[in-house]
Amino acid sequence: MQKKNTTDLTVSLQDAAVQLDSRIIWDDANVNVEQGEFVAVVGPNGSGKSTLLRVLLGLQYLSKGHVKVLGETPHRGNKLIGYVPQRRTFEPDMPIRGRDLVMMGLEGLRWGFALPGPAQHRQQKLVDEILQSVEALKYADRPIGQLSGGEQQRFILAQALIGKPRLLLLDEPLANLDLRNQIAIPQLVAKLASADSTTVLLVTHDINPLLPVVDKVIYIAKGNMVIGKPEEVITTETLSRLYEAPVEVVRDSNGRLFVVGLEQEVAHPHEH
Amino acid sequence: MGVYHLMATINPLSSLKNLIPNLTIRGTGFSWNLVADVLAQFQYAFMQHAYMAGIIVAVVAGIVGYFVVLRSLSFAGHALSHIGFAGATGAVALGVNPIYGLLVFTVGAAMGMGFMGKRIYGRDVVIGIVLAWTLGLGVLFLSLYTGYATEAYALLFGEILGISQADVIVTLIAGVVTLIAMAIMFRPLLFASVDGDVAEARGVPVRLLSILFMVVLAISVSEAVQVVGVLLIFALLVTPPAIAERLTAHPIKAIGLSVLLAILFTCIGLFISFYLPYPVSFFITTLAFITYLVVRLWAYVRQRFTKLTSEAV
Repeated sequence: MQKKNTTDLTVSLQDAAVQLDSRIIWDDANVNVEQGEFVAVVGPNGSGKSTLLRVLLGLQYLSKGHVKVLGETPHRGNKLIGYVPQRRTFEPDMPIRGRDLVMMGLEGLRWGFALPGPAQHRQQKLVDEILQSVEALKYADRPIGQLSGGEQQRFILAQALIGKPRLLLLDEPLANLDLRNQIAIPQLVAKLASADSTTVLLVTHDINPLLPVVDKVIYIAKGNMVIGKPEEVITTETLSRLYEAPVEVVRDSNGRLFVVGLEQEVAHPHEH
Repeated sequence: MGVYHLMATINPLSSLKNLIPNLTIRGTGFSWNLVADVLAQFQYAFMQHAYMAGIIVAVVAGIVGYFVVLRSLSFAGHALSHIGFAGATGAVALGVNPIYGLLVFTVGAAMGMGFMGKRIYGRDVVIGIVLAWTLGLGVLFLSLYTGYATEAYALLFGEILGISQADVIVTLIAGVVTLIAMAIMFRPLLFASVDGDVAEARGVPVRLLSILFMVVLAISVSEAVQVVGVLLIFALLVTPPAIAERLTAHPIKAIGLSVLLAILFTCIGLFISFYLPYPVSFFITTLAFITYLVVRLWAYVRQRFTKLTSEAV
């Protein structure tokens, strides 16, 4: 395999480790993500998926190794990164329109307030354009807390995308979505990201809705991290090595992947 | 001259009013010519001062209150006014204008709350514990000063008819400072209030804004105490924006409506109190409460109605 110049890479981790208090979250991580790739970050609860995003955002330091994001050391407030944190939903009485949330992605960092005028009009046109592309224009003026999870997710996505980021970090955007939106949202992300060749890291606990759109998978378990194409990573051999326990990957008639054998591991951790 | 006329025996008009409630001391009665009524009221300097201070405080409370409701800080705002009570009574005991004691205590407490941040576990419990202790301090300071009842009354329930011209100027300066601060902070503060995690990741100084906003809130609370007093602070700081946020999700419109409602409650309250021998605070809080009830009832009816019509279709 040809050696890549690190500046071509959107994300590069070398021998990286994160330690929180005395607990090692993950160790010896070597991960390269190229510009424009759509990567799913998968693993059991507490394996450090969100921690990986926090490292890239400059909110969490490595205890060992090196990390580069878009050719730089991670730092807070990187305007080239769009971020959607893990969350439930907005409170039902949140008195803000979806359109206002998206506008914050554009000018929430600027001091002062917006005066009406041609500049403000241009900003609102940009907001309308992105709302059109996430198909949320028709409920853009409703209070965001009164919309469904899938509808809210479209505004959150539009907010992250409106600043034209080079890297989009999405933490569990599919949690609390109905089945239809679990399919629709990843396809929307893939469509919008590929148009601008934006790199996407999407954290999820279920890879299956993402299989049609992802290029690669980062799998984290037991402090180990691997990256590769889904068919390379989600295999009995790779995951058994990762979990340090015998697990089996099975495929159902619809092509969906399931990891089995972990139930025993959780129920009887000392029997192996 | 004290803000609440605590140092003087008390505003002569209101003491007279208290003694002889049915006497029309202003010499002019209510007519249905509202312009003439307002002009008649404006012949009295104390009414001019009350309207001016009331409107300044209403504008500030309407804007700052929008963020108080948005950031779920109503308990913190309430606590600040109570903590300010200790500062004010302490100042009275020392023979200082109570506005200074009020400002020192509220700003100090606000910075402490701001440093604690929005998500600290048990934050409200800590605030409540500090609040209880400072109220205890307030009672001690009151007992150190003879003339107990009137000072306590003015601080707890407001004494807007006793505001002097000098107090109006202090209120105006404080009001302009808080409005400039709000204008500068507006967009990042809105971002941090609605979507704190994203705002922080994007580089908005969330912690700094939290502290700055608490200081602005402390100054606003100190001002509003003059109008409605420590116990009734909600009527100006929380009720108008809470009503506005139920009527519109457009931030600028909600703030405008909140300011308008605060001004209306204050001015109508003042207007009525000119003719009736009851406290201004009562009229302001009652107007605010009734409006809130009507708006909630209206929202409920509208919701039921749209449900019924959509079911019919």
